[in-house]
Amino acid sequence: MLTDEDRQVRAAPEQEEPAAPTKRPAFHLNRQGRAAHIFLIPWQLGFLLITAVPLFASLYLAFTDYDILNPPEWTGLENFRRMVQDDQFWASVKVTLVYVLVSVPLQLGFALLLALILDRGLKGLAFYRSAFYLPSLLGTSVAIAILWREIFGDDGLINKGLGLLGIQGESWLQNPNTALATLIVLNVWTFGSPMVIFLAGLRQIPDELYEAAKVDGAGVWRQFTHVTIPLLTPIIFFNLILQTIGAFQTFTQAHIVSGGTGGPANSTLFYTLYVYQQGFVAFDMGYASALAWVLMVAIAAITALHFLVSKYWVFYGDN
Amino acid sequence: MTTTTDHPTTAAAAVSSPPPTRERRIKAALKHTGLLVFVAFMVYPLVWMVVSAFKPADQILTEPGIVPTELTLDNFKDGWHALNRPFSVFFANSLLVTLGSIVGNLFSCSLTAYALARLQFRMRKVYFAITLASVMLPFHVLVIPQYIFFSQFGLVNTYWPLLIPKFLATDAFFVFLMVQFIRTLPRELDRAAWIDGAGPFLTFWYVILPLMRPALVTTTIFTFIWTWNDFFVPLIYLTRTQAFTVPVALNSMVDSETQSGVGMLFAMSLLSLLPILVFFAFAQKYLIRGIATTGLK
Repeated sequence: MLTDEDRQVRAAPEQEEPAAPTKRPAFHLNRQGRAAHIFLIPWQLGFLLITAVPLFASLYLAFTDYDILNPPEWTGLENFRRMVQDDQFWASVKVTLVYVLVSVPLQLGFALLLALILDRGLKGLAFYRSAFYLPSLLGTSVAIAILWREIFGDDGLINKGLGLLGIQGESWLQNPNTALATLIVLNVWTFGSPMVIFLAGLRQIPDELYEAAKVDGAGVWRQFTHVTIPLLTPIIFFNLILQTIGAFQTFTQAHIVSGGTGGPANSTLFYTLYVYQQGFVAFDMGYASALAWVLMVAIAAITALHFLVSKYWVFYGDN
Repeated sequence: MTTTTDHPTTAAAAVSSPPPTRERRIKAALKHTGLLVFVAFMVYPLVWMVVSAFKPADQILTEPGIVPTELTLDNFKDGWHALNRPFSVFFANSLLVTLGSIVGNLFSCSLTAYALARLQFRMRKVYFAITLASVMLPFHVLVIPQYIFFSQFGLVNTYWPLLIPKFLATDAFFVFLMVQFIRTLPRELDRAAWIDGAGPFLTFWYVILPLMRPALVTTTIFTFIWTWNDFFVPLIYLTRTQAFTVPVALNSMVDSETQSGVGMLFAMSLLSLLPILVFFAFAQKYLIRGIATTGLK
């Protein structure tokens, strides 16, 4: 019933109307300006107090030693020097990168595959879509992280299942080589939400293009590589950016599965978990701010890189 | 929902699926079998949790099957009182925070979006650019000064640090969503209202806000789910048991977990998911549409 409007929301380009269209009475303008400033009071306060001031404050704190009880002490680049020599910092960088690089492509791969299977002329679409989507809805909750602890525990579901097959299970969460993998599985399990976005994207590809390709003698594979994939690249790009940024900020799952430690042997020490430990467990707020800034710069750089590279593979219909 | 419609919905679909032959039917049956096996595989952990919550605690890890031999409510009874406050306190806290956040986001984001989308003023483009940029700002870079700020006002262990940002339009994504939505509404409506003598406030309240319903519904749904599930912010600000929201309470149960505690953990985890599951059952259509059009999850 509202899908058309919704589609427009997405499609609506960034359009700015001319400040004073020819026939609009100009005497309204002052009144509009005054009204706008009243409408924007909450936003202005929020931007100032919740975003801008904290942003600069954390930049300042990044160059200080601050434990919340004593006033911050300026230490210059000391926090960053410390980072370079900090094994836990490097461990958390590695854990986060491995997690992003492995789980995001796997998750999006599953999402795309299932979206393609569900796309055309299959009965029961709504049922499958809901069933696949459900884990996405619950996936970031503490409850599911607790479930995951028990699934991969020594006596957990996975090892019982392997036992039925006569395979000796593994101590998944105690073994530094496998603990991160359990969290990757958890992220892949939540492929439903990108899948729903893919399905919506596939729906937008006009049937005429497939018909035309068929007339030109294209088989199923050529239709896929020459019609589906190119027209879907903006959606793939959108999902990629979204899931990458999300994966960089994973916290709940890592905190619950490792009991807040990031163990065993730092194997689930996600970057945000390390920021939390330094800031809110050790109350080393200066160092934590420096860590947070590195994360922000990294996310900005990676997002910018995505956008740069996108020119070469993302195809927008109008060019 | 129309899970089993026999009619292809578009003419084009009719073209691409000719009348079913035997071969086609077999193919479809295989596809469905494969998909159902996959669904079962994906949903098994959830079903296991549900069943385990009702099993006697000592059977949960010894019998991993999903057909229980014995059912009990002990896990719920024990889990409810496993911390030094009953879970009703945590549910009430979560409800308060969630409802407050929804009201806050609806109020502040719609006001902001209306001004940015419809009113003429000097800083408009700059403000909109700032809103867009702050969508991408990682929360972790702001949280430390925010914490210092709120703790200096003595607001740790209150809900103000969780609610104030919502009333100040800091969930920039919703502002952006609403701006894009308002832009699809015809300008003539505003002009007609202005000619009838309504100012910006009346126009917003009587013309724009009622038409924004789809965007408001999406905002409500996602604010509900995110706030209900949120763990990081409550974990930082709420350190006294009495103030815990449900996720923080669950975390605290994990910390004190013993082998016999798995049943209680599952029971309380299940209860914590219940509002979302009920919500999913009712708002499924809007939820899926919201994701498909906005990319929120």
